Amino acid sequence: MTLSVALRHAFPGFTLDVAFDAPPGLTVLFGRSGSGKTTVVNAVAGLLRPQAGRITVGPRLLCDTAAGVWLPPHRRRLGYVFQEARLFPHLTVRQNLTYGRRFAPRGGAGASFDAVVDMLGIAALLARRPAALSGGEKSRVAIGRALLSAPELLLMDEPLAALDEARKDEILPYLERLRDETRVPILYVSHSVAEVARLATTVVLLQAGRVARIGPAAEVLADPAAAHAIGLREAGAVITARLVAQEDDGLSVLETSAGRLYLPRVDAAIGTPLRVRIHAQDVILSRAAPVGLSALNVLPGVVEAVRLGEGPGALVQMRSGADLILARLTRRSVQALGLVPGVACHAIVKTVSVGRGDIGGV
Amino acid sequence: MPSLLSPEEWQALVLSVQVGLVATLASLPFAVGMAVLLARHAFPGKQIVNGLVYLPLVLPPVVTGYLLLLTFGRHGPVGALLERTFGIVFIFRWTGAALASAVMGFPLMVRAIRLAVEAVDPRLEQAAGTLGASRGWVFLTVTLPLILPGILAGVILGFARALSEFGATITFVSNIPGQTQTLPLAIYSFLQVPGGDAAALRLVVISILLAMAALVASEVLGARVARRIAGR
Repeated sequence: MTLSVALRHAFPGFTLDVAFDAPPGLTVLFGRSGSGKTTVVNAVAGLLRPQAGRITVGPRLLCDTAAGVWLPPHRRRLGYVFQEARLFPHLTVRQNLTYGRRFAPRGGAGASFDAVVDMLGIAALLARRPAALSGGEKSRVAIGRALLSAPELLLMDEPLAALDEARKDEILPYLERLRDETRVPILYVSHSVAEVARLATTVVLLQAGRVARIGPAAEVLADPAAAHAIGLREAGAVITARLVAQEDDGLSVLETSAGRLYLPRVDAAIGTPLRVRIHAQDVILSRAAPVGLSALNVLPGVVEAVRLGEGPGALVQMRSGADLILARLTRRSVQALGLVPGVACHAIVKTVSVGRGDIGGV
Repeated sequence: MPSLLSPEEWQALVLSVQVGLVATLASLPFAVGMAVLLARHAFPGKQIVNGLVYLPLVLPPVVTGYLLLLTFGRHGPVGALLERTFGIVFIFRWTGAALASAVMGFPLMVRAIRLAVEAVDPRLEQAAGTLGASRGWVFLTVTLPLILPGILAGVILGFARALSEFGATITFVSNIPGQTQTLPLAIYSFLQVPGGDAAALRLVVISILLAMAALVASEVLGARVARRIAGR
């Protein structure tokens, strides 16, 4: 099912004007604070009534201001995971989880209670009250509660924002499984590139209330034109790879479309498809095939696009096999090496520059 | 207990409790509705409604009683209508005493419940809505359980106010033993007759005991409900 959104809403000093389609999978609404992400999600949820707009999920019409159609939130069949978990304090975890069930249509194809509890690892918490849960546990219960209401669309507004790094790492694998194991489209608000790189199927880049860029995650993240909106320090492409070997010295070997990557140990079974985020500022480009180099990863490719910044910086997009790699260099280097579209070069990536959080499931 | 009290004193005590309970319980749904309305909704004339609700708190009770007499008396607009259509009569009946107590206790109940409603995070109600609960269900399954301590406090306050009601009652429905003579009215009557001091004193002690019991009950129940809701 595809979520289709077209919205226009004027606030004092800020106008939201967006239109996009979110295909099945996980679509990240990405942008800085104040770019309108939460407003879009609230309009989809029915918590905000837009001045003009049309929202559909598959064949279902949720809102069409031109036709005077506006479904209230409780009739939209969606699951909303808020930034703060918003669990009901007077109910146990089990009662929280089953809250939406009585309102779901009978015989609906919703996930089974046991399957969701199992997937989120919350079986031990069922008898507790929210007050007795940690932040990470609350987040997982909130996700489970939304899933068990048999939604046709999942909305997540920065569900990890309130958590520390360790808790984020605890929940990210669950979100990956959610994206891969449920068929409901997920609209996910985030301003973290790390989350986009790990989770997104599609990225909608919002800037000042407008859609600046939309496309598959690998394309948007490797787009030099989008890097500024993403943040130059955070910019970087995501390439897909497959785990092929675990070496004795603690490294893992991944096969990409352009060659082998040696990365710090990845705990996964041989053959697992993975996505690897390579920070643009950690990539070195070389015209000649480098020799006598300590860096283990050298991927050959061809320059696809070059974007010179206003300052001393520049961004180079390189196609390497089927993947795109983004490198952040200086204008001086771009000129010295004569990097223009069509030129062959090599991307050099240090093994240790790829962190554990940069590697996730496909 | 009956042996300690004369039939008249006993009658006043039973009537007081009856009037207090009926006044409190009958006005509770209206108090909850008004509290939610005032806490959660903006509408034209809200300040006027707000003022009317709290008016009995600041008006002299005699004035409230007289207004009730004008409105609900045999010849009052509402009183005449109620008698003609439903055969309901307030004047000089215990039901009138209950009405007077309800009107006097209403502001206290609304105030206690309104504070509780305002303390409920509207984002929880929003979350319930996104899970498929209609407004009515959200109220029953989220708002109501969360404001239970406030409702309890309101009920106790309203009941205590009903027990102490004097001015509006005596003005509206007079001081008729067995019909409208509640504890405070009975105490007043005993003090008017020579040798009534002893009976008045006994009723004073009973009034104090009742009030204390209500306060202790509200403390204990309130703490227990609050604990249950906070999930500790």
